[in-house]
Amino acid sequence: MSKRIELKSLDVYYKAFLAVEDVSMVIEPKAITAFIGPSGCGKSTLIRTLNRMHEVIPGARVEGQLLMDGEDVYGPDVDPVRVRRQVGMVFQRPNPFPTMSIKDNVLSGYKLNNSRMSKAEAEEITEKALVGANLWNEVKDRLEKPGSGLSGGQQQRLCIARAIAVEPDVILMDEPTSALDPISTAAIEDLAVELKEHFTVVIVTHNMQQASRISDMTAFFNIAGSGLPGKLIEYDKTEKVFSNPTEQQTEDYVSGRFG
Amino acid sequence: MTTQLNSSFRGTQDLPKWLSPTLLVSFFLASFGLQVLLASDSDSAEINFIPVAVFGLLSFTLALYVISRVIEGVRKATDRLVTIMVSTAFSLALIPLLSLAYTVVTKGVARFDAEFFTFSMRNVVGEGGGALHAIIGTVEITGIATLISVPIGIMAAIYLVEYGRGTVARLVTFFVDVMTGVPSIVAGLFAYALFVIFFGPGVRMGLGGAIALSLLMIPVVIRATEEMLKIVPNELREAAYALGVPKWLTVLKVVLPTSLAGIATGIMIAIARVIGETAPLLLIAGFTASMNYNPLDERMMTLPVFVYTSYANQGVDMQAYLDRAWAGALTLMLIVMVLNLVARLISKYFSPKG
Repeated sequence: MSKRIELKSLDVYYKAFLAVEDVSMVIEPKAITAFIGPSGCGKSTLIRTLNRMHEVIPGARVEGQLLMDGEDVYGPDVDPVRVRRQVGMVFQRPNPFPTMSIKDNVLSGYKLNNSRMSKAEAEEITEKALVGANLWNEVKDRLEKPGSGLSGGQQQRLCIARAIAVEPDVILMDEPTSALDPISTAAIEDLAVELKEHFTVVIVTHNMQQASRISDMTAFFNIAGSGLPGKLIEYDKTEKVFSNPTEQQTEDYVSGRFG
Repeated sequence: MTTQLNSSFRGTQDLPKWLSPTLLVSFFLASFGLQVLLASDSDSAEINFIPVAVFGLLSFTLALYVISRVIEGVRKATDRLVTIMVSTAFSLALIPLLSLAYTVVTKGVARFDAEFFTFSMRNVVGEGGGALHAIIGTVEITGIATLISVPIGIMAAIYLVEYGRGTVARLVTFFVDVMTGVPSIVAGLFAYALFVIFFGPGVRMGLGGAIALSLLMIPVVIRATEEMLKIVPNELREAAYALGVPKWLTVLKVVLPTSLAGIATGIMIAIARVIGETAPLLLIAGFTASMNYNPLDERMMTLPVFVYTSYANQGVDMQAYLDRAWAGALTLMLIVMVLNLVARLISKYFSPKG
């Protein structure tokens, strides 16, 4: 239920432009790995390569190897749709489907793929996912209401429920709290910590306190200048990165001296 | 200190609210009175309302501007002047619309009766008769045109927005733009020429009319659908992709439902746009006085052609033909109005809630 992700000298391109250069790292299962770094350093680009979402943008491609429990995600006969079914994703801005009720939003991973299920099954999955996303108590009486009627924080937890309902191995969160207030942010952070008991969790964040609070491992990315590719500067246990980083750049960034 | 701050925010005195409407009414009355006086002096007894309106409006504008400028200052006076200008422009735009609606209703109501909706014009000379054959023809021909245009139009728009890249997509977009500007008579000629190939010269067929109308309708449907698909947030597509939903299912189950209301409105507007077409139908569907339910055979009457022929070929009892023409025009206008109402209802019930 939770997979180890291995990146071997991964380069990410947008057409001819090299956006992220030569990233090698191992993302541990049942742990939270945080990607931090200044804007434009390629954190979001890199996280989108983990479930092959960056391919949605025309001209985007990857060189190098990405292994998930030893399986090559970019192998020649790999179907990106099948990869995405095992790697859930939560986006920066909450994006529940506006035409669907709360319940249908949770079940959307099944419904949109035309899979059939009994009513009892559907109810079980809905409850399990919403409980897992700490949203059940708030919405259990209005499951048939549209999901867009919820508050921003609730919508984001609904999106997390939607992602975990299909029981993926990995959950990717691309700045999941940057559009939320501190209380909703705390709820999402608690949730992320709970989620790591079952999933591999990767989170991109601009908030260094957030990374130090919840993550087990931290990867710091940086760019030398605009137009240049982003690089992985340092990747280590979170405590080490924040208290005693090896690289000067990392120390400058986490202590707030630049970026 | 506080009193000083307060005083720096205090503006000039406002004009009382009742002043502007009172001025408007009194200047129009004065202008009307002046015209009455002038008319009684000269030979013509009739009062022309255009100078009344122009003179009344100009004097009102001048008076209000001067008063406002003296009491309220330059900024508020300018504001009042511009308000009068845009209101006048709006009223001017409204005049032809109201006048048209008034004319059609008053002239059409004479024959807007049960007989009009239950009889055709077969063996009718002079009074009586109805437009049932034309209504049936319009419904069938426009209906078939819609059945042809909507699937083609929606799918072409999906191609352009979701799949089309590079030269092909640019070419399609270009030709859609060109097709939007094709004169309707050209569409009719094209349909006629097409049907001549299969059925020989002199062919008249309801289906041909539907083909001609769908030529006019497809670009409108494509454009409307394209615009609606474009405003579906990309985040929703990404959300679906991230759940492992293939592209075609994402389009079918996320993008289309989200934009359904707008697409439905666009289709209704496209129908309303072609339902009043006369020229292509005159060419290929022809005209007849009899009922014809079969769009695959023989001439078929339609409402716009009915209006045209009633007006163009007035018979012995001239007024009967004119009344029928106006009643046909009124029916057509009501159909378009109903279509617009339906479009509004659809967009109200199908648009995403929240």
